[in-house]
Amino acid sequence: MLYDVTLRIAYNYDSPATGGRHLLRMIPADVPGQRLIAAGLEISPRPSERLERKDFFNNRVTELAFDAPLAKVAFTLRARIERQAQAARLDASPSLPRLAAELAAQPQLTAASPHHFLPPSPRLGAAPKAIAAFAAEAAADAASAGEAVAAVSRALHGHMTFEAGATHVGTTFEEAFEGRRGVCQDYTHIMIAMLRSLGIPAGYVSGFLRTEPPEGQPRLEGADAMHAWVRAWCGAATGWVEIDPTNDMAVGGDHLTVAIGRDYSDVAPVRGAIRLSGAHGSSQAVDVIPVE
Amino acid sequence: MTRDARATPGRRALLEGYQPLKGVPDELIGEDGRPRAAWGDLIAALSAMTPEELAGRHAAADRYLSDAGVFYRQYEQESSTTRDWPMSHMPVLIDRAEWEEIAAALTERADLLEKVMADLYGPGRLVAGGHLPPALVAGNPEWLRPMVGVQPRSGHYLHYVAFDIGRGPGGAWWVLGDRCQAPSGAGFALENRIATARAYSEHYARANVERLAGFFRRFRDALMEMGGAAEGRPEGRVAIMTPGPANAAYFEHAYIARYLGVPLLEGDDMVVRGGQLMVRTVSGLRPISVLWRRLDATWADPLELDERSHIGTPGLVSALRAGGLSMVNALGSGVLETRALLAFLPRISELIDGRPLRMPNIATWWCGGAEERAYVRSHAGRMTVSSALSTRALFDAGETAAETARSEGNFEDWLERQGGALVGQEAVSLSTTPAFEGGRLVPRPMSLRIFLARTKDGWQVMPGGYARIGRESRPAELALQRGGLAADVWVVSKQPVQAETMLPASGDDPLRLQPSALPSRAADNLFWLGRYIERAEMIVRLWRAWHVRLAEQGAADGPLFAALEAHLAARGVSLSAGLDDAVGPVLQSAIGSAAHVRDRFSLDGWLALTDLERTLSEVSAAEPGDGTVRAASTLLRMIAAFSGLVHENMYRFSGWRFLSIGRDLERAHSVARLLADFADPEAPDGALDLAIELGDSTMSHRRRYAAAPTRATVLDLLALDALNPRAVAFQLTEVAEHVSYLPGAERHRQLSPFQRALLHAQAAVQGTTPGALTTERLNASAEEVAQLSTLLAEAYFR
Repeated sequence: MLYDVTLRIAYNYDSPATGGRHLLRMIPADVPGQRLIAAGLEISPRPSERLERKDFFNNRVTELAFDAPLAKVAFTLRARIERQAQAARLDASPSLPRLAAELAAQPQLTAASPHHFLPPSPRLGAAPKAIAAFAAEAAADAASAGEAVAAVSRALHGHMTFEAGATHVGTTFEEAFEGRRGVCQDYTHIMIAMLRSLGIPAGYVSGFLRTEPPEGQPRLEGADAMHAWVRAWCGAATGWVEIDPTNDMAVGGDHLTVAIGRDYSDVAPVRGAIRLSGAHGSSQAVDVIPVE
Repeated sequence: MTRDARATPGRRALLEGYQPLKGVPDELIGEDGRPRAAWGDLIAALSAMTPEELAGRHAAADRYLSDAGVFYRQYEQESSTTRDWPMSHMPVLIDRAEWEEIAAALTERADLLEKVMADLYGPGRLVAGGHLPPALVAGNPEWLRPMVGVQPRSGHYLHYVAFDIGRGPGGAWWVLGDRCQAPSGAGFALENRIATARAYSEHYARANVERLAGFFRRFRDALMEMGGAAEGRPEGRVAIMTPGPANAAYFEHAYIARYLGVPLLEGDDMVVRGGQLMVRTVSGLRPISVLWRRLDATWADPLELDERSHIGTPGLVSALRAGGLSMVNALGSGVLETRALLAFLPRISELIDGRPLRMPNIATWWCGGAEERAYVRSHAGRMTVSSALSTRALFDAGETAAETARSEGNFEDWLERQGGALVGQEAVSLSTTPAFEGGRLVPRPMSLRIFLARTKDGWQVMPGGYARIGRESRPAELALQRGGLAADVWVVSKQPVQAETMLPASGDDPLRLQPSALPSRAADNLFWLGRYIERAEMIVRLWRAWHVRLAEQGAADGPLFAALEAHLAARGVSLSAGLDDAVGPVLQSAIGSAAHVRDRFSLDGWLALTDLERTLSEVSAAEPGDGTVRAASTLLRMIAAFSGLVHENMYRFSGWRFLSIGRDLERAHSVARLLADFADPEAPDGALDLAIELGDSTMSHRRRYAAAPTRATVLDLLALDALNPRAVAFQLTEVAEHVSYLPGAERHRQLSPFQRALLHAQAAVQGTTPGALTTERLNASAEEVAQLSTLLAEAYFR
């Protein structure tokens, strides 16, 4: 399936801000099952410096600098992406104790290594007791890592209510779990922390969902803005499995990956450093249209 | 002096009762119960002194440290305070032969750590080969993914490291910890040395003690070479990066910057343009090619490292990636400080270098392995269990989790559950060294911090300088934060040693000092320092004027009191509060500004400022009326002393000009405002005298006009007079003079917005007569002056 994606992120600053520097992770990465056919990232106003590179996890990064003071800035991505529907796989993942052994047998620190995704990460400290206990109970009957991942997603989906505005980008996963409300970022963070507490390496995927569902299917939560879901390492044979806890579904042909990381801090679409004195605002708009 | 002074009675008194602890080696007393050879001369020299003389010498050393402004910042729960540097007056003496072995062993270790670093940020063979558990790296907050694959421009990751070492029960030295991030202490070592040498000056002058200055000179040369000084590249600039005055070791950062003659910069001083790190100066952006960072790497760049950092420079990592900058040490070197690494280094040494560590490190077991965990469990009684990823020096802070788990009796569960997050380390027992307590020597545990710097001739080892001494006999009490002491370390040679200074040896090409453009932030702080001091002075004057009249009249009735109170209120000062409440915040701001520029500030000036603060707190309880008048007069004299010190002793660099412009603009503003209020035609009786008094021009007025003040004479003297240093016109002329020396002004180009506004403000005052200076006009002038401040900031402080 081919998709045309438009993502526009804009900021405005009450008092023109100087010395602005930004890191964007907006251009979709190359991941299995997905091909970036064309992408254009338009920056307005024109930056004084622009550099494209890849980060540690092979995400595409655009580095920008603005010499002149900025009253507003907008980043607009237009991309065409080919996405193959993922065939459902038979669960061949090991039990959790065997998963640990398989992990130990892969002592690498390459970008693909699961070792990056088990320890605490900048936004995700070790899961507090309540969250770890919730995960342990959800996965109590799981015979394999794959089943545990599915069970945690199901249980978390039941525990939480999707509510835009209930949380903000700085809400911690503990707060969101406690409040039982949140958006895809909260679902994803909580689930990653839960899987790690079970010993399953888990990471964060930022990306898109198609805006309008196919005929006869319900509209998915998270289609209005950038979406997020979980990737979990389920053993040497199975490798990485992606699951969307916000919609409690396996990630399929309607999920388009932009970047992967340990948590949101690794994949934030815009990371900026700017000297501000006044207030500022931001907006984000996403359109994902299948190409006939 | 005789080498064998055992027979002298003084010596017996000095060492009398000095009893090393059983089973613990002592640095002074050897196994035979006699002083070691290296100590002989010092003990003899001290034994010849009376207790009173010794006490006097120790006091002199303390006074030196206090006068030199040596302090460190102590953190308590919510706040931090600065404390005097806690120095033990007894140096630790190490024999030169023993020192050479220490130096050789640590040089090998530094080379090994460089190789480990290159692997962790390069091919990753240690982890892939099973020599280092992946979790210790992948889960390590000091292993910085953005730095993986970034080659250091200089060819080396490590340039300046330190090791904490201690002597174990068997007498051999052990490495307690590796300090590879941004080790502090070398500046304090220099101060320890100066203070100790001062206390025992006659003895030190002829003792064969290795000097420290050569170490710094060689390292400075190495930094300059890295910056391209050898190739004569003028852009080869070296700077030191500090987290700022709130950091525990800020004194040392400023001290080393001054000592080496390189600028001290904060994150906000720098920007990255086109892949090049630049410093923002009043002359525009200037490139930096070598940065000696004194802050932890995770804070260095909020864009690519810890996003919460406000003390870094956005884009710094990008500049390193672009290859135009050498970093001392490479970002990410903190990973080498990881405590659990000590468990693997012995094997890594065999693997990489094919030999055991020349000096062992403290025995360490990583509890992520089942066997190691079992060992730690069964030997828990003589183990310290702590966080595997901790990078803190061994004695810096207590690890309470282990103690809690032990006391709650679930230690084994905890060990099992936490596993890979923990290390067990053999409980440390350290040798003791003599320290003075109540005039007597007592044995106290000690560890050495030893500094190594990379030069073109390889690693240089600083010969001594820094030991930590516990206040109690328990080794866990070494930390300065907990009341430990620092001591000088003397490496004692049998032969006379070479004198060393910071000056190059004759025959060497003299290093040209770097052309120094004033960093914008330093200019900003100097400017505000000038303003705040002037503002403090005016508030004290207003305060005094009010109380003088109170003392004369006995009660604060009448329109003049009301006018004064209104004038103060417009400055945000309330008479109902104390003098310290009125002046304290302004003085605090002045000290805050001064603290940011301590590296360019004379020591006497700094001391005058802190004296002022102390005096202010002392006079705050003065009685209204006369008592307050006297207190205010004292403060005014001290402010004048500070201004005098600064203005007389500061070299006429652009920094001094910004300080002066700050003072001038503040004064012009103050005087315009007070004339608007007190020379107004409707102002109450006595207001004109008050204006002259506040303008400190009573004498001048008497001399010039020989008549009672009128509105015209007051305005003439305080607004228009080009020769009265309190007049508005005089201030603006001074500002114009200073600005003509600032960067950008020498070019014959269009006037800057600041210069245009200044000309306009000058014309409005100078091109007029007292009669035309209405209150409206004076208020407008005050407003114009305030605007000048904003324009100056736009021109120079961005």
